[in-house]
Amino acid sequence: MRPATTPVQRPGDARLLAIDADGRLRDLPRTRLVQLLMPGDLLIANDAATLPASLAGVHGPSGAPIEVRLAGRPSLDPADVGRFTAIVFGGGDHRTPTEYRADPPPLRPGDALRLGPLTATVRRVFTQRRRIEIAFDARPDAVWAGIAAHGRPIQYAHIAAPLALWDVWTAIAARPVAFEPPSAGFVLDWALLDSLHRRGVGFQTLTHAAGLSSTGDAALDNLLPFDEAYELPDATVAAIAAAKACGRRVVALGTTVTRALEHAASLDGIPRAGSGLATQQLGPKTALRVVDAIVSGTHEAGTSHYELLRAFADDDVLRRADRLLAERGYRTHEFGDSVWVERRRGSVQPRSNLNTATLASRLGQRRTIAPFWIPNESRIRKPSRRASTSKSA
Amino acid sequence: MNTTLFDRPPLRVAITGGTSGLGLALVEALHARGAAIAFVARNARAVADVARRFPGSHGIVADVSRKDDTHRIALQINAALGGLDVLVNNASSLGPVPLRLLADTDCEDLEAALATNLLGPFRLTKALLGALTASARSGRAAVVVNITSDAAATPYSGWGAYGASKAALSHLSRIWDEELRALGVRAIAVDPGDMDTPLHALAVPDADPATLKRPRDAALDVIAAIEAAWPAPASARTVRAEANA
Repeated sequence: MRPATTPVQRPGDARLLAIDADGRLRDLPRTRLVQLLMPGDLLIANDAATLPASLAGVHGPSGAPIEVRLAGRPSLDPADVGRFTAIVFGGGDHRTPTEYRADPPPLRPGDALRLGPLTATVRRVFTQRRRIEIAFDARPDAVWAGIAAHGRPIQYAHIAAPLALWDVWTAIAARPVAFEPPSAGFVLDWALLDSLHRRGVGFQTLTHAAGLSSTGDAALDNLLPFDEAYELPDATVAAIAAAKACGRRVVALGTTVTRALEHAASLDGIPRAGSGLATQQLGPKTALRVVDAIVSGTHEAGTSHYELLRAFADDDVLRRADRLLAERGYRTHEFGDSVWVERRRGSVQPRSNLNTATLASRLGQRRTIAPFWIPNESRIRKPSRRASTSKSA
Repeated sequence: MNTTLFDRPPLRVAITGGTSGLGLALVEALHARGAAIAFVARNARAVADVARRFPGSHGIVADVSRKDDTHRIALQINAALGGLDVLVNNASSLGPVPLRLLADTDCEDLEAALATNLLGPFRLTKALLGALTASARSGRAAVVVNITSDAAATPYSGWGAYGASKAALSHLSRIWDEELRALGVRAIAVDPGDMDTPLHALAVPDADPATLKRPRDAALDVIAAIEAAWPAPASARTVRAEANA
């Protein structure tokens, strides 16, 4: 594969490699994505907006230049911006590959970091180099304003030009809680959502604080993904129940959606609405309990994203897919091409846990707001006279 | 209907131009009704003053006419409120002051009026559409209010830059509403009438304030318009009702 080097979310020639439940591969234009979803299926996306989480600044005690990359916080609570985990580099910027970036000066708890209009204090230094916890010395509104004014989107050496926020926000971006873009969602625009609606495919969202994809440190990269906070709305849980009750599929748009949904269902296979902190790593041993298929970027073997795909497909299938991706010149990284991977046939979902009656009764006990976009063919919108009329010259 | 719009959890509202005139009156009226409020204005001191006056409100210093400010504003609104139910695009520019005949209006003055009155509301709505549709999917309100003027409909001499930009904003609102209804989001244009505001004083310095509407009354009209636009359009209500059946 080759890196996608321009920040275009929906290039006209984007490709989609579809891997079905029997391990068959199809190389498709990505515009065919909608046709892979069947009426009644439910597509779930991560609507997190991406923070400008790269903060250039100075290490107070030494005066040395640093780049702080915010990497996590304990919850999505708007007021909970006191503490962040972060990765720190020395001077330089994204144009140097992370593995060659200079280390920061020695950091100690209590050190002050001057980050543009913001000041932060080092609270904790982890055993892995470059990883720390910081606390901002300001009220929440001032922290958000400071990050908005001074931060830059985290980016990597494969894209030289500085990214703007609009480059990394998906069309549906809402709360600014992601540290790197939930880039599988770049495939979305409002016309695609309209196509899903017309086809009777459900669409819902969750909000998941997507973390860093690389730190440049092998030991640290092995720990990825770090803990990620998420929120799963009642409406999304209700739509999952409705889709499962009809034997339809839940399709996750991206690794973050998969991680959040499987974490929210980790107790007994039934996703719980509300807030959570996803701590698990997904891989070949993971039994998927909610997600039937994933739409993701193309990933290289060895990355945590690739490991997650191994929960869906067998290694020999993924190896065949890798060869095809290479042969056909698929692009990788956040602005690259996509894969669609169905959970392998024969991997029995623990259906006993996803018993429809249980789900229905549990949902009945809660004050659940039913989803607005219930996936159902019979509700395909009939175009109104106005809507179907395009202006003639 | 009051009880639905301002019921718990608090309605989350963002208002541009929130430190004077109608915007300030809206901050006051919505604050009194328990709404969670973020407001935007250019002057840092005025923003801090209003934020202090209405405890719990969130002030954002930015200029809606600047493209580069769009996502910073959206970021801070969504961060402060944890999402968004109602966006009020209220910040407005008169164009050249004192008012000029269109033939005497500099291109740059027309561009400036369009940047504040048309492009700003368009960009901010677009950047906040993810949050608004998320609200709609959760059964909450999702309304965009664009503040317009009778100058958008009537061709008053001397009001060219302002009137043309507000006319475009009115039509933009109608197209937004047509396209967003299926998503459960309403977009409405509201003409608050001639008010006793700093903007009106700039346009008509010798107007008798007694003949002008008080911003406080206009704010109540805007809130009534939001309530009329909500609950969601019938199509979305139908789907919800079926889902509950």
